[in-house]
Amino acid sequence: MINALLAVYRRELTSYFQTPLAYVFLAVFALCAPAFTFHVGRFFDTNRADLAPMFDWMPWLLVILMPALAMRSWAEERDRGTLEFLMALPIPLWASTFGKFLAAWSVAAAALILTWPLWIAVNYLGSPDNTAIATGYLGALFLAGGYLAVGQALSATTSNQVVAFVLGCGAAFLLTMAGLPLVLSGLGEGAPVWLTEFIAGLSALEHYNAFRYGVIGLPDLVYFIGLIAASLSCAGVLIAERRGGGR
Amino acid sequence: MLVADRLIKNFGSHRAVDDISFTLERGEVLGFLGPNGAGKTTTMRMLAGCLEPDGGSASIAGYDCVAQRLEAQSRLGFLPEGAPAYPAMTPRGFVKFGLRARGFAADAVNRATGLAIERTRLGEAADQPIGTLSKGFKRRAALAVAIAHDPAVLVLDEPTDGLDPNQKDGVRNLIREMAHEKAIIISTHILEEVPAVCSRAMIVARGKILFDGSPKTLAEQGQDHTVESAFRDLTLERPQTRESVV
Repeated sequence: MINALLAVYRRELTSYFQTPLAYVFLAVFALCAPAFTFHVGRFFDTNRADLAPMFDWMPWLLVILMPALAMRSWAEERDRGTLEFLMALPIPLWASTFGKFLAAWSVAAAALILTWPLWIAVNYLGSPDNTAIATGYLGALFLAGGYLAVGQALSATTSNQVVAFVLGCGAAFLLTMAGLPLVLSGLGEGAPVWLTEFIAGLSALEHYNAFRYGVIGLPDLVYFIGLIAASLSCAGVLIAERRGGGR
Repeated sequence: MLVADRLIKNFGSHRAVDDISFTLERGEVLGFLGPNGAGKTTTMRMLAGCLEPDGGSASIAGYDCVAQRLEAQSRLGFLPEGAPAYPAMTPRGFVKFGLRARGFAADAVNRATGLAIERTRLGEAADQPIGTLSKGFKRRAALAVAIAHDPAVLVLDEPTDGLDPNQKDGVRNLIREMAHEKAIIISTHILEEVPAVCSRAMIVARGKILFDGSPKTLAEQGQDHTVESAFRDLTLERPQTRESVV
């Protein structure tokens, strides 16, 4: 079965680079990350040689760009009719789902690697805490993985890639916002503490921020791996449902 | 080799396939005929494991198409309706993907890919993106994927649709070449194809089998002893006559 997973992974990864999608995505990411860091994050005004301005803005960059990577995963197969070809192959659905996810995650990882000039720059300008930077990157990778998996599940609900993109952005935005005072205060002062804590616990931002302090916490790992596993399972169930033909 | 046992499929309140049963042995080429919306594609999708029946069962080489889906599908080559393909891939890449997903080792992938491309006469088109190819080459690319792993059963949904006369002839010859070693079902609207390549013909309409026999027997049922007239007689819903209206 690992052969099937690798075959899907290889095909998906190749398809990202056979179309302009991966190149456009990587170029936009490589330009946006420094732009956010220097202009929006006011890197030079902080007078500190670390990547905090980049990691501050990373979730918002990923909220927009990850759904753009994930939107095609199933919507395109449904639109082109190739889903039927894929479903007639003797491969389990988890292999297709996970193979597609790993391919998109690899492109996301490549995008993160493209921010290396910023890392070189902060090391040239001062002596940053490189452990915190490394765990910050790991956090960003997991955050990207979470958004991609959610985006893939939403892509399985439609044959229209634009709809999949908008749904993916909305879901990623809500996941990110869940822990912010804006949402929590919106619950009202009378909201029970357990509900506030539960919603704050769903926040991808909280768990991502934990990585930035140089610590890899078990709850944060469990959160992201759980989010990815649950979303990919949803995608698998939605596609498996299609074998029922709407019964 | 292939068994369909009382297959039923509903889409909402519409019954697309209604109690279809047949068996197919190695060496048989079954022409699956019927008007649009007769239930041909739905039946083929159920045989291919893309759709699960609401009633009855299907099996390939003894493996149930639902309960033992992966075993059944590994013995099946399927050409879906419209021959869908990935436009950015080359036919060679498409065939290789199918073989790799089926667990073929690297050297076997290259050997089987070369053979499938040769048998479907893809030629130089094998290394051009599928999106840039003509309809005929696109269909042959999908056909190459269906036959590359040398399956015991082939389910081909309109394999000659959109091909020019020479290409049609090429696909028919390929089916004839493979006929003795496989069980093959082809659905078609081109009735002249039936006596040319099929050893057996089946006519379905409104989800039910109306005829199952040799092309010769089918032709004999027609008013002017042709498959075309027999098809018309069996499937045409006759308009109410003036007498019956009155």
